[in-house]
Amino acid sequence: MTDASTDRRATSVTVNGRRCEAEVDVRKTLADFLREDGGFTGVHVGCEHGVCGACSVLMDGEVVRSCILFAVQADGHEIITVEGLGSEEAPSPLQQAFVDHHALQCGFCTPGMLLAAVDLLKHCPDPTETQVREALSGNLCMCTGYTGIIRAVRAAAPQMKG
Amino acid sequence: MKPPPFRYHTPRSLSEALEVLRESPGEARVLAGGQSLVPLLNLRLAYPEILVDLNRVEGLSYIRDDGTRLRIGAMTRQREAEFSELLAARSPLVIEALAQLGHPAIRNRGTVGGSLAHADPVAELPCVMTALDAEFVVAGPVGERLVGANDFFLGPYETALSPGEILVEVRIPPAPPAASFVEFSRRHGDFALAEAAVVLEGGESCTGGRVVAAGPAWMPSRLETVERLVAASGVGRTDTGSQRELVEEVARTAEAAVAALETHADATAYQRRLAAVLVTRAVAQALERWSRN
Repeated sequence: MTDASTDRRATSVTVNGRRCEAEVDVRKTLADFLREDGGFTGVHVGCEHGVCGACSVLMDGEVVRSCILFAVQADGHEIITVEGLGSEEAPSPLQQAFVDHHALQCGFCTPGMLLAAVDLLKHCPDPTETQVREALSGNLCMCTGYTGIIRAVRAAAPQMKG
Repeated sequence: MKPPPFRYHTPRSLSEALEVLRESPGEARVLAGGQSLVPLLNLRLAYPEILVDLNRVEGLSYIRDDGTRLRIGAMTRQREAEFSELLAARSPLVIEALAQLGHPAIRNRGTVGGSLAHADPVAELPCVMTALDAEFVVAGPVGERLVGANDFFLGPYETALSPGEILVEVRIPPAPPAASFVEFSRRHGDFALAEAAVVLEGGESCTGGRVVAAGPAWMPSRLETVERLVAASGVGRTDTGSQRELVEEVARTAEAAVAALETHADATAYQRRLAAVLVTRAVAQALERWSRN
């Protein structure tokens, strides 16, 4: 049996449509894999124990917390990070709405907020304020007081359909 | 923080998973959705030598009706259960609890079986499964055994599962005429300070029920004095006057019933009072739902 400190696995994850491969320690979190092996530094590591929501990514289309998943568990799966939503030149309607509605200040929580909102709009294309609040309740923001974020998600909803 | 080193196994079948557990020389932990265990690893509160990841085991994720009971595979994601039409039709109490369990990102990964096997004293699913009198199918080295909810939860984070055993299925009896689950937490999605689940039995008049409180005690606990009150009342389905009297009587009794439980050192008088209030609300809501049936 392999020694715990040397238990490593070849891991292949599709990130934003691109194959990302590395041999990783089994205890490496998906968040660290995405940042260190993939260079996707839009994955923000906050609390590192599944409370703050900053590291949220989509796995096979569903929002998950990448700090409490191991990279090896994502082997063969598809991940979308904030880098996969849009670019600086061509932001997604949701990202543009965050700009328009002053939904970010320091920006640390923003990638997680955006991906949680994408998951919400998939299930609920026309959410009420209560539904937005509930869907984003697991994402903590220390700056905005949340009202701009909620406005942005509701404003973007019609453009995110389909 | 980062998790401590461990050896990692990804069995493809239940028998392989059981074999890995049997042959593990050190402390092995089963990894289901990981929404409780991995935070404990990251915080270095748990140091298992071996993790047996069930996520690639075939055949543990399903919700089906076997004609009498509802069967939920242990690796069924909480989010999938939350959106299950079968569960909505047959056991809406479970959905009521799931909607208050963590956040969507947690429920996308977290599993029904994982939450039950982890047995946090204020987790939603142990509370409602106790009220529903669910049964747990446990697989082990010598085959399967059935454990009732009353015998499954033994204490905080402690269940009837032995090392080497895996929870594989939950069986929920036919839907009761009415039920209710209520909880209070400081922030939406946090662990509750207290919660209560109530299931009523009977046809046109109430013949009994199960009343469960969680929060101040070491595990979800049935309040037998309150259950006896409900059973003895025999209230009619549409007899709102008698129902109101029953709720008032429950309100007078619940606090003493909660106080009689073995409570943990951190339980405050407020938490006990809150649990009693939630028990009363859950009884009232269950009666109200029953009268509308």
